[in-house]
Amino acid sequence: MKRFIGFIKKEFYHIFRDKRSLFILFGMPIAQIMLFGFAITNEINNVDIAILDKSKDVTTQEIINKISSSKYFSNKQLIENEAEIASVFKKGKVKAVLIFENDFSKKLIKENKATIQIITDATDPNTANTISNFTNSILHNYQQEINKDIKIAYQIIPQTQMAYNAELKSVFMFVPGVMTIILMLVSAMMTSISITKEKELGTMEILLVSPLKPFQVIIGKVVPYIFLSVINAIVIIVLSIFIFKMPVQGSLIMLGAESILFIINALSLGILISTFSETQQTAMLVSFMGLLLPVMLLSGFIFPISSLPNILQIISTIIPATWYIIILKGIMLKGVGLAILWKETLILLGMTVFFMALSIKKYKIRLE
Amino acid sequence: MSIKIEHISKSFKDVSALKDISFEVKEGELFGLIGPDGAGKTTLFRILTTLLIADEGMATVAGYDAIKNYKDIRNHVGYMPGRFSLYQDLTVEENLEFFATIFGTTVEENYDLIKDIYIQIEPFKKRRSGKLSGGMKQKLALSCALIHKPKVLFLDEPTTGVDPVSRKEFWEMLKRLQQKGITILVSTPYMDETALCDRIALIQDGKILEVDTPQEIINHYPKKIYNIKADKMYELILALNAYEHNHSIYPFGEYVHYTDKRGDFNPTELIQFLEGKGLKNISIQPTETTIEDTFMELAR
Amino acid sequence: MKQTNVIKVENLTKMFGDFTAVNAVSFEVKKGEIFGFLGANGAGKTTAMKMLIGISTPTSGDAQVAGFDVYKNPDDIKKNIGYMSQKFALYDDLTVKENITFFGGIYGLSRHQIKEKRCQLVEELGLQEVVNELVSSLPLGWKQKLAFSVALLHDPKIIFLDEPTGGVDPITRRQFWEMIYKTAHNGTTVFVTTHYMDEAEYCDRVSIMVDGKIEALDSPKKLKEHFNVASMNDVFLKLARG
Repeated sequence: MKRFIGFIKKEFYHIFRDKRSLFILFGMPIAQIMLFGFAITNEINNVDIAILDKSKDVTTQEIINKISSSKYFSNKQLIENEAEIASVFKKGKVKAVLIFENDFSKKLIKENKATIQIITDATDPNTANTISNFTNSILHNYQQEINKDIKIAYQIIPQTQMAYNAELKSVFMFVPGVMTIILMLVSAMMTSISITKEKELGTMEILLVSPLKPFQVIIGKVVPYIFLSVINAIVIIVLSIFIFKMPVQGSLIMLGAESILFIINALSLGILISTFSETQQTAMLVSFMGLLLPVMLLSGFIFPISSLPNILQIISTIIPATWYIIILKGIMLKGVGLAILWKETLILLGMTVFFMALSIKKYKIRLE
Repeated sequence: MSIKIEHISKSFKDVSALKDISFEVKEGELFGLIGPDGAGKTTLFRILTTLLIADEGMATVAGYDAIKNYKDIRNHVGYMPGRFSLYQDLTVEENLEFFATIFGTTVEENYDLIKDIYIQIEPFKKRRSGKLSGGMKQKLALSCALIHKPKVLFLDEPTTGVDPVSRKEFWEMLKRLQQKGITILVSTPYMDETALCDRIALIQDGKILEVDTPQEIINHYPKKIYNIKADKMYELILALNAYEHNHSIYPFGEYVHYTDKRGDFNPTELIQFLEGKGLKNISIQPTETTIEDTFMELAR
Repeated sequence: MKQTNVIKVENLTKMFGDFTAVNAVSFEVKKGEIFGFLGANGAGKTTAMKMLIGISTPTSGDAQVAGFDVYKNPDDIKKNIGYMSQKFALYDDLTVKENITFFGGIYGLSRHQIKEKRCQLVEELGLQEVVNELVSSLPLGWKQKLAFSVALLHDPKIIFLDEPTGGVDPITRRQFWEMIYKTAHNGTTVFVTTHYMDEAEYCDRVSIMVDGKIEALDSPKKLKEHFNVASMNDVFLKLARG
């Protein structure tokens, strides 16, 4: 036990004396949360639009007023003909153009239907999509208003409600993802680097030629990072609760327990990487390409899994982070417990045991 | 026998690093493994310290088999790898304490053994080991390798890259350690470092050339060596190469070490030959054989 | 024949902050001389050499290398010197031929010149069999000899060698010194920095640096006589112990 404590003490010396790793450890989570919270967002605010009103009647005027009074759109710019559409888009500020057809009011009354064309700048598909959704919903509301006295038989009115994240706040979506990435980074990348560093330095040779057993070396390497990862997880949750007013609906204890499970999972991946990497550089590259990129791209953090091609969907199921993100969203946003999340938890547990066993088995007691 | 090596061979891919090596190191001996870079010294050290498994042959260290009883060996040997392998970001003191703890001992318990060496770096005990000079690093590494009172000490090229003063001190320290009953196997590429060894093994290209005391190895040298000097070194070498009776010609600092094929070599005749080649200030003097001469003769 | 100085150094000094790495060093090196530049690690020899090969600007003092001023014409110095270090010499993942072509190219030799030099070099070193092999597959001694020849491809006036023969087997080391003697014989000055005292024994003259200053400068023979010892190693021990 004394050996073990001595080993852990040494690991903490390494961590606290290396300014670079300290920065990664504590600067990254804060920077990332701030970045995703404030800068990168799915929400639209004050988008510039242009309007081509060919009929210029009461109805179109009312609709235009509705749209401009919404906080999503601003700076409506009136244009006179189709030829101007391309040029306003090219200037880049205007993200959408609404075109009212000729005799809008008349057609609406006579034929019960009139057309508004919405053209969006889809160079940024997410924004384009959101703009057209918002415009649709404004139009829909207006339609209900003018129809309220008239009874039309069998009209189906879809009502959309954004459950769990009613305000569509993107920070709520990002927190689970960022937390997953940070834990992966700190746990897997940092452990694999710290083990390969000993290989590069040659100290691994001395550790091998000592009575320390392989699992003692591994556990000794892992314990400090479990500790640091837990601190990181706490920092992220505290930041998101207090700065972004993110609710945590479910049990904090369960959140903690699941996080520790994921941390151990990431650590065993880190050890696994270090068993076949000879240099810190390789370890860093492999952790980045093999762990971080898949977490960013395939775990449902940025792109919804359901919109991925089939083959990538299959790959996403073998990424531990996918399951951890589901669990996190479940606990934080939905407030559900083990009764619902047992399956995901079990999968994560299984993966952890598998990677842990594999990394201990692969850990070499000799140099080759 | 403290170390026993029997017919050890080891290859990496298609490069054969050790070819059927056998020798023994007696208990309490200071034994030198002498050879250039790439001769196989480090590979042999790694086999003996259980870091590598030999393809063929067997080895025992302190009576334990290098494969079957590797754990016992790891408990009883001290190992100082070729490059400085301590934690650069830990202080002198922290390094020493760390190695004491992982070997299940304390610095106080075995302080007697390292006192001699450690006392020289103790004034810098709060300094990070990465900031020490080469000589001090080497002393710290030796202290760390000794802290658990090993039976056998393996030192792989401890004096490479270290200045002459520290090298000399280092060998003096080894001599004193030997008196405390520790068997020491040390490797070095420097032929002039053999003098303090009880016995040495000369190794080149994975083969042992000879094992004996330094004096015996020198005595085995079959020829008389002459120091030859002239005003122009390069022309002297060219001229000697053209001399039909030459056996070997090796530059040796300001001289050329020359041996002749014939038993009854006559320096006067060679002087005449060299003068005929236009060389001046020629001197030919018999000289002492060195380990390096022997090594080259054996490696030819 | 008048001996000309190809390196002239006067009160050359380099400071890093308050630390004086090279302290008012002065010496001269003659054409065709083998000059040993010795000192322990950290004595300042690498810093001094970096100033001489034009990659570090001195804090004060004067130095001329191959007729060029280290302040004004560092680029001309680089064209007229060769450099070989033990740590980096050749690209391991290129073949012998590719290495020669590459280094010939960076020194501005024409394709024709490179080819001519290559054939000559390969024949002298007996590398015909391995011209198309990767350098990593060559024995250490061959690599070193090849690296030395490559550093001489552009016929430099001075060649700087950084610990050229450390760890090499004794026979190869002698072959290497024969090459150095030949180079000096052909008029190229050889500047050897090393902390291996046995390398010093081969030089025409040596300087020994201790703590940024040159403490001794003479032929090995005279230094040994002066300190009344048998080897350069002992000279160094005496100097270092004061």
